[in-house]
Amino acid sequence: MIPSQFDYHAPTTLAEAVALLSRFGEGAKVLSGGQSLLPLLKLRLGTAEHLVDIGRIPGLEYIKEEGGVLKIGGRTRESALEQSELVKAKAPILHDTARVIADPLVRNLATVGGNLAHGDPGNDHPATMLALDAQVVATGPSGERVIPIDQFFVGLFTTALRPGEILTEIRIPVPPPHSGGAYVKLERKVGDYATAAAAAQVALGPNGAFVKAGIALTNAGPTPVRCTKAQQFLVGKRPSDNSFAEAGRLAAEACSPSADRRGAVDYKREMARVLTGRALKAAVQRAEGR
Amino acid sequence: MATHRIELSVNGAKQSAEVPSRLLLVHLLRENLRLTGTHIGCDTTHCGACTVLLDGTPVKSCTVLAVQADGREVTTVEGLEKDGKLHPIQEGFWEKHGLQCGYCTPGMMLSGCALLARNKSPSEAEIREAISGNLCRCTGYVNIVKAIEYAAEKMRER
Ligand code: FES
Ligand code: FES
Repeated sequence: MIPSQFDYHAPTTLAEAVALLSRFGEGAKVLSGGQSLLPLLKLRLGTAEHLVDIGRIPGLEYIKEEGGVLKIGGRTRESALEQSELVKAKAPILHDTARVIADPLVRNLATVGGNLAHGDPGNDHPATMLALDAQVVATGPSGERVIPIDQFFVGLFTTALRPGEILTEIRIPVPPPHSGGAYVKLERKVGDYATAAAAAQVALGPNGAFVKAGIALTNAGPTPVRCTKAQQFLVGKRPSDNSFAEAGRLAAEACSPSADRRGAVDYKREMARVLTGRALKAAVQRAEGR
Repeated sequence: MATHRIELSVNGAKQSAEVPSRLLLVHLLRENLRLTGTHIGCDTTHCGACTVLLDGTPVKSCTVLAVQADGREVTTVEGLEKDGKLHPIQEGFWEKHGLQCGYCTPGMMLSGCALLARNKSPSEAEIREAISGNLCRCTGYVNIVKAIEYAAEKMRER
């Protein structure tokens, strides 16, 4: 399969890339790892007149900790996240997530910025970033702007990024001590999108009760789903099979999956319930240092 | 629509080509350079039959533009053999009967090579993880794993 015609541009600075994107407007797409965009263009489910490849711009691939914030360059590859000791130590949920995205060959090219900017509710990073209360940095013609993750996913394949903007950084507040997170995905086979998946990031207080819980679901609606009721329910409760189960029930209520060959609506909702419970249990184990 | 002049190294040899923006790397290799050892299976980023090494990293060449490979090094299955002598991974597939129809084999070997370049003694689980982006419809994977283990041992002996 061959995509329809487009022009390819390979700017070597961010400013040049932004200028090209602004010039071409809606007809231009950012090419990052290309592992979602190129299949889309090949299947002709999408078109672009111009591809602006940000792969030749230095300085967009990094993972670092600065002032209590984990900063990840938008073009950082999934394979880099997977191998990063910093990620494993500070946000193991992100390590869980990177390693179940597509397959190892795809992860060698696919980028975390692309995974978010594509706006696909079936992608894995969005739920994890919601659970982690991340922020997204967009660089455009008028400079940088910081977008809280809750405002980022606007609709199916639609994000808050404006034409001319590039997702250049993800900022994750480093979780406090006695925190833990986990991402649990049900997939039919390696490389598939989630039938359902749950991200949970929790912080425990001195008495062992939840002081904070971030819970979100993948492929459970037209956008990634934050499970606000389940989060609120947990605060002040102690981790137990009962509290995990109730949070799972509330999370399942929050989702609106659609039926496809991965399963019927009721099945997916049930999986969301089960996986939320499992993600919470694994998150608490990590928070307790077990 | 614009074309691009690209220069890249393929199996150690300098190549240059004038390519349209939309040309895929796999087509550059198979059609322009006649290196047909790189296969096209699914053409939808699933099967890994098109796996090549791009600067040493295994990627699916049906999901990379030829122009993205400008200035970079590509290794295909044709680049494994040196001076008429099989690469240990090729020897492994031969010795351990790691293939039946052979469609997945070039991709399997390149994923295997990349694994052995960063991990001299991979466990079975690590081998299975490394080839999890490469589908085989024939062998059931058992002998592929053995073939990679064989190559690992051969390469450690050297
Ligand atoms: S042909 Fe490229 S992944 Fe199948
Ligand atoms: S040997 Fe036939 S697909 Fe693997």
